[in-house]
Amino acid sequence: MHRKTITELAEALHQKECSCLELTRYFLDRINRYNPALNAFITITEKEALEAAQEADRAFQQGTAKKLTGIPIAHKDLFCTKGVKTSCASKMLDNFIAPYDATVVSKLNHAGTISLGKTNMDEFAMGASNENSFYGPVKNPWDLTRVPGGSSGGSAAAVAAHLIPAATGTDTGGSIRQPAALTNTTGIKPTYGRVSRFGIIAFASSLDQAGLLTQTAEDAALLLTEMAGFDSYDSTTVEEAAPDFTKTLNNSIHGLKIGLPQECFPEHLDPKIKTVIDQALRQLESQGAIIQEIKLPHVMMGIPAYYIIAPAECSSNLARYDGIRYGYRCKGPVDLQDLYERSRAEAFGDEVKHRILIGTYVLSSGYYDAYYIQAQKIRRLIKNDFVKAFQSVDAILTPTSPTTAFKLGSKSKDRVNMYTSDIFTVPVNLAGLPSISIPAGFVDQLPVGLQLIGNYFDESRILNVAHRFQQATDWHRQIPKNFE
Amino acid sequence: MTELAQKDERRDKNEHCGQIFNASDRCSHISSTNWETIIGLEVHTQLLTQSKLFSGSATAYGADVNTQAGIIDLAMPGVLPVLNQEAVTMAIKFGLAIHGHIARRSIFARKNYFYPDLPKGYQITQHELPIISDGYLDIALDDKNTKRIHITRAHLEEDSGKSLHEAVRGMTGIDLNRAGIALIEIVSAPDLRSAEEAVAYLKALHTLVRYLGISDGNMQEGSFRCDVNVSVKPKDSDQLGTRTETKNLNSFRFVEHAIQSEVARQIKILESGGKIIQETLAFDSVKNETRPLREKEESHDYRYFPEPDLLPLVITEETIESIQKALPELPAEKFNRFIAQYHLSAYDAHFLTADHDTANYFESVIHAEAIDPKLAANWMMGELSAALNNENLSIIQSAISAEHLAQLLKRIQDNTISGAIAKTVFEAMWHQEGTADVIIEKKGLKQITDTSEIDTMIDEVIAANPEELAAYRSGKTKLLGFFVGLVMQRSKGKANPQQVNQLLIKKL
Amino acid sequence: MTPDEIKKLARLARLKITDEEIEKYTDINAILQLVKEIMQEKDTSTVEPLCHPLELEQRLRPDIVTESNQRDYLQERASLANYSLYLVPQVIPPNTKNK
Repeated sequence: MHRKTITELAEALHQKECSCLELTRYFLDRINRYNPALNAFITITEKEALEAAQEADRAFQQGTAKKLTGIPIAHKDLFCTKGVKTSCASKMLDNFIAPYDATVVSKLNHAGTISLGKTNMDEFAMGASNENSFYGPVKNPWDLTRVPGGSSGGSAAAVAAHLIPAATGTDTGGSIRQPAALTNTTGIKPTYGRVSRFGIIAFASSLDQAGLLTQTAEDAALLLTEMAGFDSYDSTTVEEAAPDFTKTLNNSIHGLKIGLPQECFPEHLDPKIKTVIDQALRQLESQGAIIQEIKLPHVMMGIPAYYIIAPAECSSNLARYDGIRYGYRCKGPVDLQDLYERSRAEAFGDEVKHRILIGTYVLSSGYYDAYYIQAQKIRRLIKNDFVKAFQSVDAILTPTSPTTAFKLGSKSKDRVNMYTSDIFTVPVNLAGLPSISIPAGFVDQLPVGLQLIGNYFDESRILNVAHRFQQATDWHRQIPKNFE
Repeated sequence: MTELAQKDERRDKNEHCGQIFNASDRCSHISSTNWETIIGLEVHTQLLTQSKLFSGSATAYGADVNTQAGIIDLAMPGVLPVLNQEAVTMAIKFGLAIHGHIARRSIFARKNYFYPDLPKGYQITQHELPIISDGYLDIALDDKNTKRIHITRAHLEEDSGKSLHEAVRGMTGIDLNRAGIALIEIVSAPDLRSAEEAVAYLKALHTLVRYLGISDGNMQEGSFRCDVNVSVKPKDSDQLGTRTETKNLNSFRFVEHAIQSEVARQIKILESGGKIIQETLAFDSVKNETRPLREKEESHDYRYFPEPDLLPLVITEETIESIQKALPELPAEKFNRFIAQYHLSAYDAHFLTADHDTANYFESVIHAEAIDPKLAANWMMGELSAALNNENLSIIQSAISAEHLAQLLKRIQDNTISGAIAKTVFEAMWHQEGTADVIIEKKGLKQITDTSEIDTMIDEVIAANPEELAAYRSGKTKLLGFFVGLVMQRSKGKANPQQVNQLLIKKL
Repeated sequence: MTPDEIKKLARLARLKITDEEIEKYTDINAILQLVKEIMQEKDTSTVEPLCHPLELEQRLRPDIVTESNQRDYLQERASLANYSLYLVPQVIPPNTKNK
């Protein structure tokens, strides 16, 4: 059952091969059995899920079931879920019961999916290894001594180990795509503004975008069609209606032009990873895609610009955590300053504090122009590179991550090294483009992902290419040993 | 000690300032010959929107604490701002009214600082590109002269909540009902040269926002608050002095007194060889003095940056045109029209146009019954104004409607009653005894215009005062008034005084 | 940044950092230095900063009250509230508040 995709599970439910309650119980059992080894979930909402499953079964009996009614999913623990703890993997929100549902959560509820729980992540989505969680690191199901990537590491590990058919994630600099690559899952980050950010605990507002971790591009298309669209509560969502992303999945890619940015295939790129990507390229060529080299001259300045802009926005976004209206409050503050300083120092982890300090520094007077404004100028140069590139190609292909999953603890002491994990994903967030990471093969039994970047609001195209690739390959069907 | 001595020294020179408030003792006219005062005002006006600037929470004043603070106002994790259309329209109205530049593209910024009544840890405001810039307001210095005060900028921003320092013992309580209410902050150029000018400007601004219907201007409730920047410099110097900012003044009188005491304080320091420190002050209205606000330990660094949750606000020509078309007549326009159309004095016109409701009332009176504008103006500035002040009412709360006042004045115009009787009728109307006609009828106050009736009364009065009659006839014509008075008394005030005059002269 | 400057920065950000912890944060210098060096390679004097990936316009919301009073439900999340007020240590004496 757990090997089925959402498309297959939905068909099973509609064919009455199993009930929603049975399906929910099945996945809850898997979660309860395997989660202790993976630490992929922070909260398992068993009671709520079973109630929702019974409700879904009634919908089937009454003939009001929708396509996705009864499909179990999980939410990254920064989507606000009404009445359920929403911690952002931080001590700061360990006691926080969200008073409302994020727009994405209500849309997916409305579509009939059932949430089985909240997945682990890097605290406040800051990290690339999932080691920065108040609830402890998540393990990679392909090798429990390795990281699953981050920040959506819990969602990625849960989907990779088939504890859940799909999970939501967010991606600020690669937080969906990099863990997808490291866990052999499919991870999509839509165009900035395609999916509402309302109810998603903010890290960096101009970069954050919600997306999905799934087994297949087809599942991603199914769920994204339900998630996407205008939200009157988010000024940055676009008003145009989102298409049905499933409609174009099977389009031919014959004659499709795929650009390879030279900058993303540097000489020092791991040759084994390069070999995997080359094989994938040949596969796409065999379906008629035309591969051509392109230039993105400023793309390698993405990491520095990102590590200015994201901390700047985060230092401001996280100012609301003061222990007054919700969240952690220190014991016995002697005065207001003490209340602020200790509540925040005691409840934020090291990485969060680091980024708040960097962000505070780059926005402060005297440094603003040299850092923040310069970073926003670099950002425009990077966007312009992509805009120019899309005048001659339909999609851009790069490795998702420069490495496969690394050992727990191996990079946690070296921030600069850790930050380069997102070198190929970060420029996409700076430009606000849609992008998907799909399984492309293995190096030393560890998954390798390839990243397809689409033009603005052209998620259909990258889903189409990803789907055609997955129709012709079975990398995405590989399941880690011990979780079969 | 020195302060007391100075007070005594100045007291006699400052009597015209009044003795009630300490500030008058420090008017410092003594030094004003050598020093020039430079004043700029920052005014925060709450906009009369139904909902908040970035959320759908209610904005009613006086609601129970924290009942108008929803998830967005409380800065719950994950919430986002969406801009209120009406607030933008109101800001544009203001911009047009001050002949300002309306930015076709303006942006919102975050002003970062920690304070318990600022739930997000930043205030959403406008920094580099405000919606309004480069406007002006003309203020009347006296009946003849006006002065143009430049308005550097006006921008949209959200209000903070309230800290209640005495609500709970040893703790400060936070009420976030006010958090997120739409404000425009209006920043004047340092064009003002005295407390009087500052107050005149503030009053003109207050009148304007009420005319435009964008703010109720209620200063007690905090919907119209003022920060004052003051510096002084030697008159012959081109170099500006160091300025101080006195925060959060919520009455015209406090603004006046705060400026006066701050100017006096600065001059005193400078004259004794000291230096002014650039600092933020609070005005103690009891002690009538400015004093430093306890500053946060580190210097302010608001770390402004463009608000990433909001996009640039773009305003089209069509929007501006349609708002322009719907703009009401502005105070200055109305003032000029009242003088031209109704032949009123500048003084009368100023009184009648000082607030929108008064002007409307006035025009309703004269149009209801074709009343002489001067007569209506006199009654509104006299009886009506006194009655309203007496009960601390605004004109819209008046016990006598414009239509009813018009009926009363009509009866003066058509000689049904005299002006003196009209005051009695007004009094009765104020106490809800009926309309003018009903009261005149009921109380039999109709003016006596029948000549024979008046003749009879004159004859009786003459007969009863033979000595005065003789004196009059021997040349003491001043006694005419004495006879008029007696006849009026006998008629219980109902005789037409002009008629009495004429008939008496004939008989005497 | 010297340790003192880091502490000053931490105060601005309202984060208590003890003397023993300062060491942990000194790598901020290296990160800032690296980032600045790479970014300064490019002459950007003619480039406009980009604040939003999509250069769209702000949408406006009709002026309608859509939120109802949820005070008690929301205040369940506060560690310290009384008389329906959120409570903090006494800020400053009455009559001198400037907010």
